[in-house]
Order: sequence, then C-alpha cells, then structure tokens
Amino acid sequence: MIRFDNVSKAYPKQNRPALRDVSLEIEKGEFVFLVGSSGSGKSTFLRLILREERTSHGQVHVLGKDLARLSNWKVPHMRRQLGTVFQDFRLLPNKTVAENVAFAQEVIGKSRGEIRKSVPQVLDLVGLGGKEDRMPGELSGGEQQRVAIARAFVNRPRLLIADEPTGNLDPQTSVGIMKLLDRINRTGTTVVMATHDQQIVDQMRKRVIELEKGRLVRDQSRGVYGYQH
Amino acid sequence: MRAQFVLSEIGVGLRRNLTMTFAVVVSVALSLALFGGSLLMRDQVSTMKGYWYDKVNVSIFLCNKADAEQDPKCAKGAVTNEQKTQILTDLKKMPVVDTVQHETADQAYKHYKEQFGDSPLSSSLTPDQMQESYRIKLKDPEKYQVVATAFSGRDGVQSVEDQKGVLDNLFELLNGMNWAALAVMALMLVVALMLIVNTVRVSAFSRRRETGIMRLVGASSFYIQMPFILEAAVAGLIGGGLACGFLLLGRYFIIDHGLQLSEKLNLINFIGWDAVLAKLPLVLAIGLLMPALAAFFALRKYLKV
Repeated sequence: MIRFDNVSKAYPKQNRPALRDVSLEIEKGEFVFLVGSSGSGKSTFLRLILREERTSHGQVHVLGKDLARLSNWKVPHMRRQLGTVFQDFRLLPNKTVAENVAFAQEVIGKSRGEIRKSVPQVLDLVGLGGKEDRMPGELSGGEQQRVAIARAFVNRPRLLIADEPTGNLDPQTSVGIMKLLDRINRTGTTVVMATHDQQIVDQMRKRVIELEKGRLVRDQSRGVYGYQH
Repeated sequence: MRAQFVLSEIGVGLRRNLTMTFAVVVSVALSLALFGGSLLMRDQVSTMKGYWYDKVNVSIFLCNKADAEQDPKCAKGAVTNEQKTQILTDLKKMPVVDTVQHETADQAYKHYKEQFGDSPLSSSLTPDQMQESYRIKLKDPEKYQVVATAFSGRDGVQSVEDQKGVLDNLFELLNGMNWAALAVMALMLVVALMLIVNTVRVSAFSRRRETGIMRLVGASSFYIQMPFILEAAVAGLIGGGLACGFLLLGRYFIIDHGLQLSEKLNLINFIGWDAVLAKLPLVLAIGLLMPALAAFFALRKYLKV
C-alpha cells in the first residue's frame, strides 16, 4: 500500500533534513499511528505520501506507484484514491454539510445521481444523518470533523491520511472520532494517522511508527505512544 | 453537473471582484477599440491611395476627346498615336526614369471602379471619359521636376502629376495618428494584462480554501483552473463587445452622422460598414483569448495545482 525506500527529504534553506533514510512498508488494511514531537518529520512524511512534496533521495511507492515517476497530470487521479483529514477540518463555511461532502464528488466529475446516493449514505456512516442542511458553523468541533471525514471517505478511498484529526477536540469527542476511523479501517481502508494524543494511541493498540529528528526510531505493532514523552 | 458548477463559480468570482472586473472590462474595451480603429484607419488609407499610388511616382495624363473640347491645355486635340510613341521614346531616354507603364482608358476606368466602387461620382462615368496615361517610376522620387518640365505643355499632354505630392501630407498625418493609436493601445493592453494578472491573484487567494480541497480530493488541474480562466475570458469578452460597440458608433458618428465626413468630404471614398463588420470577429476573438491566456499564465504562478 505504502512503501518508503531509504527516503530522505531536505528543504532548501534548512541545514537539517526533515526526513533521513526512512524505510518502511504499510500493508493494505493496516491502521498506523505516526508519532513524534513537532518537527520530527511527521508532516513531511504525510506530504510525501500525498505527493505534495517529492523526495530528495529514495523512493516512495503509494498504491503500487512510484511517486517520483508519476507525471504531474496523473497526480489528481492518484489522489482520488486517497482521503485526507486535518486538524482544522477545512470545511467550506458557506456550504451546508451535504454540500461540503458533495463538493468532493462534484469536482471530480461524479454524476448527480451518484452524489445523491452516496452523500446521505456516508453521512449516516459518520453519524450525521439528519444534519445534512446545517452549516459547518452551527456544528460542534467533533461534528465538523465528522463532516470532514465523510468528505474524505465519500469517494471510497483505499487509503485515509489523517493529520492530527483529534488535535482540536476534547478527549470525549476524540474517542468518538477514533471509533469512526476504526470503523472505516474495518471496511478495508488503510489509515495512517499522525497524532500527539497519547491516550488514544495507548488505548487503540495499533501499529506505531515514531519519528525523531527525521529518523525512524521505532516501528512497533500493537504499540503505545512512547516511553517518556 | 459540471457545467452548472463551473458557471456558478464564475458568477461568484466575477461578483466578488466587481471593481476589478470592471477595470478589466474597461481597459480591454479601450485597448481593443484602439486596435480596431487603427485597423480601420489602415483600410481607409489604402482605399484612398488607389491603384497606382504605391507603384509609381509621376503620372502623365494624355488628352482624350472630351478634354480636347473643354480643356485649353488640350486645345490641339486628343493625343495621337505619333505623340504617344514620341512621349514614350523620350521617357525611355531620360536617365532618371526607372520604368514606364501605359494605362489605357479602359484600364483607368477599371481601376477607378475598384477604388470608388458604387459611389455616386463613379456611376455617371464611362470609359471614354477616362484619360490614357503613362505611369512612371523614377530612380530618385525627388526628381519629379525633371519629368514635369520636359512634358508639361507638350501637345497631347493634359497634365503631369507628382503622384505623392497631393496626398502625402494627409497620409503622413493619418499614419502618425495610427502609430499614436497603436502606442496607446499597447499601453492599455499592458494595463489590461496587469489587471488580469492581479485579478487572478486576488481571486486565487480568496478561493484558496476551495482550490486546496479540490486538489486534495483529486480534481484535475484543468478543472481547478477553468473557473479562473473563464472568469477572465468572460470579462474580456464583455470588453471586446464594448469595443465592437465603440467601433460601430465611431463609424456612425464620424462618417454618416455627427461629424458627417461623408458629406463634407465627398471626394473621398470612406470605408463601408462591411469593413467595420469584418473587424469585429477579430476584436471579439482577441478580447476572449488574450485575457484567458493571461489568466492561464498568472495561475501557473499564483495557484498551486
């Protein structure tokens, strides 16, 4: 599903590379936590998977494709098989819940009938059935993140990337979001989630990948957040 | 779905940047009106120049039967064949003469018809009213006087004309105006392009949230850029439409009404509506394509896809 081979990434004007010689493989259907302090390279790791950045050295394979060899005009098609969720939700404030989710389908040219069918379905899945016509501003943080997850999942991606999806939420709400992500994972979707939330990682007992100063320092199946953080 | 989505995006975009859109429309309209005007001016000058203007320097007009009765210069009667041969051999002997062409009355009639078309002046004309002439190209155009002194007053010659002397000043004026119009047009065009680039920049910034999401869910870059490009194209098309309006109004008020040049200067054959109409598709096409292209290149800089 995802393979990193000796990946390094250096940004211009920074003397320390963001990632150094990272090699790992994530299988189809896995649920992976990506942990590490700020500046450890988590964001770079995710951006490489999304091909927002290219590697300086090494290769990244996503869904069986070498991203370095993927031409620019094919990138959108690759991204259609990925879903992304962020800490700040990134919803469109002037569109309703249903419109926000439908937007992800409209812009890749899905038919109206398809959209009418899949939007209520996915909103039910994330537990927002009946709130289709609310505006994002009227919803709680947890509900907004559910909308964002619905939008990420509506095109049935094979891989879901979540960048601190619970970063802005209280522990109670976070648990709900994690249950949702777990349910999505059980449908066969691979989930890669960067997080700082120790409690969640310790509870879920999933594979944990830890980065420190750009190096892969721990890769543990059924791991915990860390020893002393 | 797609078309509806794109159209609503364009509408939102144009309204959001209303002042900017207005500035783009006006600057495109003015620059294209100047562009079209200068094309029309060029047309006008070439209709005024006639058949021989750019080809020869001096014309020797020979007396015809009608001249023999009315013009004192032709009191000795219409030109004879001997006189014609004599003139030709004399011309060929002169060192300043480069080439000589003979225009018969029939040819003259044909060229006249081409230049003046169906104007009232030409419809009453018949071929035998036209004059035969020798059209002479000089090695040095300044030496017109040499030919003039040699042939004016000769039997069978009605007049010797320095072809350029008559209209050159007018054409120089028109030409100068044309260049000035083109210079202003170029300036307006640069302003229009900079406005478009800036509009796109503002527009891309104000919609970065939408475009960011589009990128993440895998919308093609064509799809992401289309609303911006169409926005610029629509504004440009409106500008082009206004420019067409200016051109039509310009012809209407300067030639037919208002200034009424067609009545005041009835010796000049003015360009017709067909000439104006022929320019409009070009003006519209440029109005549509140029802003779209400018937007496209601006997007490469201001919108990451």
